[in-house]
Amino acid sequence: MKDLFAVAMLSGIYGLLSASLFVTMDAVDVAFTEASVGAGISTLLMLTTVAMTGRSENTVRHKPVLALVVVFVTGALLIYGTLDMPYFGDVQAAANLHVAPRYIQDSFQEIGVDNIVTSVLASYRAFDTFGEVVVIFTAGIGVLALLTFTRRPKGDTEINSLNDSMHEQYLIVRIVSKILIPFILLFALYVQFHGDFGPGGGFQAGVIFAAAIILYAMLFGMSVARRVINQSFVQLFAAVGVLTYGSVGVASMLNGGNFLDYDVLSDDPVAGQHLGILLIELGVGIAVATVVIIIFFNFAGRIGFSKREGNKE
Amino acid sequence: MMILGLYNYWIVVVLMMIGLYIVIAHGNLVKKTVGLNIFQTSVFIFYISLGKVDGGSAPILAEGVNLYSNPLPHVLILTAIVVSLATTALGLAIVVRIKEAYGSIEEEKIQMEDNKEC
Repeated sequence: MKDLFAVAMLSGIYGLLSASLFVTMDAVDVAFTEASVGAGISTLLMLTTVAMTGRSENTVRHKPVLALVVVFVTGALLIYGTLDMPYFGDVQAAANLHVAPRYIQDSFQEIGVDNIVTSVLASYRAFDTFGEVVVIFTAGIGVLALLTFTRRPKGDTEINSLNDSMHEQYLIVRIVSKILIPFILLFALYVQFHGDFGPGGGFQAGVIFAAAIILYAMLFGMSVARRVINQSFVQLFAAVGVLTYGSVGVASMLNGGNFLDYDVLSDDPVAGQHLGILLIELGVGIAVATVVIIIFFNFAGRIGFSKREGNKE
Repeated sequence: MMILGLYNYWIVVVLMMIGLYIVIAHGNLVKKTVGLNIFQTSVFIFYISLGKVDGGSAPILAEGVNLYSNPLPHVLILTAIVVSLATTALGLAIVVRIKEAYGSIEEEKIQMEDNKEC
C-alpha cells in the first residue's frame, strides 16, 4: 500500500480488532487499554507524523525475496517450537500454576479489591508498575527534547489565527464535541476511581482524559488549546504524578514497612491497601494523562514548523 | 484435534512474521514503525492467550464464579501497551526529526545523503 494515510487508518482498525480479540480472551482491562491506545492515540500520532512527512511511500523494496525467505524460515522454526506448548485454554498450563492461583484465591483477603488485575498491578507488582510509569515519563521527556521549539518563530500567531478561522466550517462537529467533552472527562474520572471494582484504573483513565483534551485541541485550534492548557503546568504535573507514586512508597517505608508495602499505611491492613492503591492509581493517571498531552502538543506544534521550514527551502 | 489446539500460537507467529517482514523489506520509516507495532501486538496476544483458561471468566471476583483466567499476563500486558504507546511516540518523534534533517524518510535517500557527506 503506497498511501500512508490509509496505512495509519488501517493500523487503527487493527488496534480495535485486537482489542476485541482481548475481550474474547477474558482480558477486559487489557482490551480497554488497547482500544483507547491502539485505536485512538497511536493512530492519531501516526496521522500527525504522516502530515509532516508526506503521504506517499517509495515503492522500491530491499531484496523482498531474501526478506521473505528469512521470514518464512523464522516462522517455520517458531511454529515447530509451538508443538511443545500447552494447548489453548489449558487449566494445567505451567503459566497458570505458579503464582496465579494465589492471586485468585488470596487477593481478596489480603487486598480487599474485587478486580484481581488491579490488586496485582497496584499492590503485588507495584514496583514493576512504578518502573513502567518512569519509562512513560522518560519517553515524554524524550519527545519534549526532540520536538520542542527553542524559539518561537515570528508570524506564529498570524498563521494560527488563520487556522482557527478555518475551523469555523466544522460548526456542528464543534458544538457536538463541546457537549461531549465534559462527559468524556467525567468518564475518565469514573474509570480512574472504579478500577477497584470493574475494569479500569490509572492507565486507561489517563489515556481517556488526554483524549478529551486532544479532541478539544483538534477542533478549536492549537493556539486556543495552548491558552486553555498551560504547557509548563502540564509538564509540572507529569513529574507530580511520578512523585506521588514514589512518595507513597517512601511513606510506607517511613511507617516501618517495605517500599510500596501499603499494609502499614493504616491501622487496618486492608484499609491501608485501599488507600495505597487509590493514591498510586492517581499518580499513574496523572502521569499518563499529562505525558500523552505533552506528546500530542509537541507533535501538533511541529506541523506548522515543518511546513514553514519547507517553504523557506 | 490435538494439533489444532495450538492455533493461538500460529496466529501469533503469522502476525509476528508479518511485522518482521515489514520492518525488513520496507524502506519507509513510518511503515517500519507500523511493522514494529504489529510485532508488538503479536506478543501481547501471545501473553493473553497463555492466560486464557477454558470456561474461565474475566478476573474480577464475583459470586457464583469459580474459574478465572490468569490475571498475571493481563497486568504485564496492560502496562506494556501504555509503554508501547510511549515508545511509538518517541520513535515517530525521531522520524519527524529525520525528515527535517534529511528531507526524506526513505532509507535509501537517507543513506545517499550520508554517503555524500563522507
